[in-house]
Amino acid sequence: MTATMRTSPTRTGDNADATNAHPGERRIQAKDTATTDTVLPPRPTAPSDQQRRATGRLSRNDLLMMGGAALSALCTTLLLFGRLTSMSGALGFVVVGFLVYLVTYAVLVSLTEDRPAVIDRVMAVMLTSAALLAGVALFSVVVFTLWRGRKAIVKSNFFTQDMSRTGPLDPLSSGGITHAIVGTLIMITIALIITVPLSLACAVFLNETRGRAASLVRTVVTAMTALPSILAGLFIFATWILILGFERSGLAASIAVSIMMLPIIIRSADVVLRLVPGNLREASAALGAPQWRTVWHIVLPTARSGLTTAVILGVARGIGETAPVLLTAGFTSTMNLDPVTGPMVSLPLTAFELVRSPQPNLVARGFATAAVLMILVLLLFTVARVVGGRPAGRLSKRQSRAAMHRSSADLGRIDARHEAAGQPVARRPETRHPDEVPT
Amino acid sequence: MTVDVVAVDVVAVDVMTVIPEPIDAAAPAPQPRTLSARRGRGDRIFYRGASFSGLIVLAIMVMVGLFLAIEATQALRSTGLSFLTTAEWQPDRNKFGIAAVLLGTVLIALVAGLIAVPIAMGTALFITEVAPTWIRSSLVALVDLMAAVPSVVYGLWGLFFLQGQIVGLSRWLNTWFSWIPFLDVARADPNSPLSSASVYTASAFIAGVVVAMMVMPISCVVMREVFSQVPSGEREGAFALGSTRWGMIRVVSLPFGRGGIIGGTMLGLGRALGETIAVLLIISPRFDINFHVLEAGGNSVSSLIALRYSESSGFGLSALMAAGLALFAVTLVVNFTASWFVARSRSGASSEA
Repeated sequence: MTATMRTSPTRTGDNADATNAHPGERRIQAKDTATTDTVLPPRPTAPSDQQRRATGRLSRNDLLMMGGAALSALCTTLLLFGRLTSMSGALGFVVVGFLVYLVTYAVLVSLTEDRPAVIDRVMAVMLTSAALLAGVALFSVVVFTLWRGRKAIVKSNFFTQDMSRTGPLDPLSSGGITHAIVGTLIMITIALIITVPLSLACAVFLNETRGRAASLVRTVVTAMTALPSILAGLFIFATWILILGFERSGLAASIAVSIMMLPIIIRSADVVLRLVPGNLREASAALGAPQWRTVWHIVLPTARSGLTTAVILGVARGIGETAPVLLTAGFTSTMNLDPVTGPMVSLPLTAFELVRSPQPNLVARGFATAAVLMILVLLLFTVARVVGGRPAGRLSKRQSRAAMHRSSADLGRIDARHEAAGQPVARRPETRHPDEVPT
Repeated sequence: MTVDVVAVDVVAVDVMTVIPEPIDAAAPAPQPRTLSARRGRGDRIFYRGASFSGLIVLAIMVMVGLFLAIEATQALRSTGLSFLTTAEWQPDRNKFGIAAVLLGTVLIALVAGLIAVPIAMGTALFITEVAPTWIRSSLVALVDLMAAVPSVVYGLWGLFFLQGQIVGLSRWLNTWFSWIPFLDVARADPNSPLSSASVYTASAFIAGVVVAMMVMPISCVVMREVFSQVPSGEREGAFALGSTRWGMIRVVSLPFGRGGIIGGTMLGLGRALGETIAVLLIISPRFDINFHVLEAGGNSVSSLIALRYSESSGFGLSALMAAGLALFAVTLVVNFTASWFVARSRSGASSEA
């Protein structure tokens, strides 16, 4: 019996693949034998959101107009500042030059275009210059920090010594910030040990249970993201140090930083978990998995990259935060490996304390410390971007190959069990991955 | 996940067609069955564990808030409503209030907002609409990176770099715009060439500019996220109707992203209100009501706490907590307003701000 079945594209749930329905209709050949060559339908390679088309391109005419206007503005401003008026100052020069450029450019464009086009061009210039201004300012922050710290940061002793034997007047060839680097690492490790299990479990709680408790917790967590970080420090200072009588230590600072990081991580982990496609959960439930298995084997692995990003971003916030550490960690210039006793410093706190001294060498060390901190945070951030680059459930080539290997291993296991039980092993249709289908 | 692997396995089946019985209208209407799932032991443990962690988080968060509130009541009870109107900070003489510091905080945040929001919006629109496609993703990454730079770095930049550069601008603003009450500097004589620059340094304006640098990327991230979600159909519809790019931005992008713009602004404002270190590094503390943002000296609640926590007695600490609580109340209102605006806008359904 040979039948040709026409099936219309199936839409299942809110699956990204399914909503991007396969064009046309598929024909599935059903033969009277049990084996069929099953070909998975080609997956749409483009992401589900529509691709933007590039609109508008700069023509040579546009470029000439911009260049001409810029040249004219430069000359006019030079004339204004040097000859005609008594204006002075670099900032004023840039501002006046920019305004003259805008006017010149608008006049140039209006020679050939109508009013909406003139407004459009002028606004494009405004938007570009806003972005340029932001870029220059942020660039100057980074470059200035590196520049002022350049003399201290190139010395190897800066990374291998602490400040215990270095006086305020000593040259940069002695003393360093090992104690602050180690202190930061210890503090953030403790904070991670506290926050990661708690925040991930709480995010799972928010997503897997319905009801008033979950929404209450969500509201409170949202509210606590607004907590100014210094209040977390003040809270630990008042309870842990003043009421409970512990001394200022790395542990106290870690707890303060944890209180600050907890709502941030929970909030972003909650968002990430909410993005796990519902049909994955439903499929797991339909296969009879209890909920904890669904969470452990489906939801968490699917959202792994997003969760990693959430944690890393929380860590980046926690490392850079000065205020809670200022209140709870105390200050020291010697290495302290014990988080429970004695003061311990972190990188931002060290930078803050060093630049408040009048000695240029200490200020240079402060800038170098800030530069190290900045580089550390940027590094963490880059890692987060690389890890969390793709949305939940979309696997990279390597991950999907690993998933296929795992399922074929499972298949082998099932076959082995069948054989052991003396049942015939079903001849399976050859399943090909869509990527491997030659087209 | 695709569900299309259909290996149709047709074995010869004797098909027996069963004609359904006509439904008897007199029969009682079918009752909906109650669905219930019996949880296994694993699930019960899972539920308990998850609820437990949720409860712990709830307990911690509520404890922080309640503790601050309870500790603050001691100070609040002794001053009453004058806590809101007093401009001094002398807890030992029982004369203290947040009028000056809260005003300073709000002024710094407003200066920061006024500078940061237009730049953030322009940058976000530039990235989504104007920039060439090949540069877009690197610009997005760059802005995200800048949002993660620690505030102490911005503080150092403001103290050692910006302060020297911006005094000229302060002087110019004071010379030409001193008729605007906020921009007047009482102690400066703009006509005297010998007047010292020190009346302009360490002002709320400079602190505001530094905080603006800090919150600008944070606002920009939210706004860009929203602008990038503008439906292509509406965008191209505007172009098809003959709109210019700016016309399209005005009638499509900006209305669509309204929630994101407000949300991003509020988020930045919340961060600006709570910022400690950048303000502490720049401003010179002062405890009187000072509207003149260009004038040296000012204060904010968080830098007050950082300055005074160590020298405070029990009562002084309680006063600081009251101040902190007031700040928390303000940031809370700002943040909830932000998330309300974002959630209620068209673009906000999937946005995380």
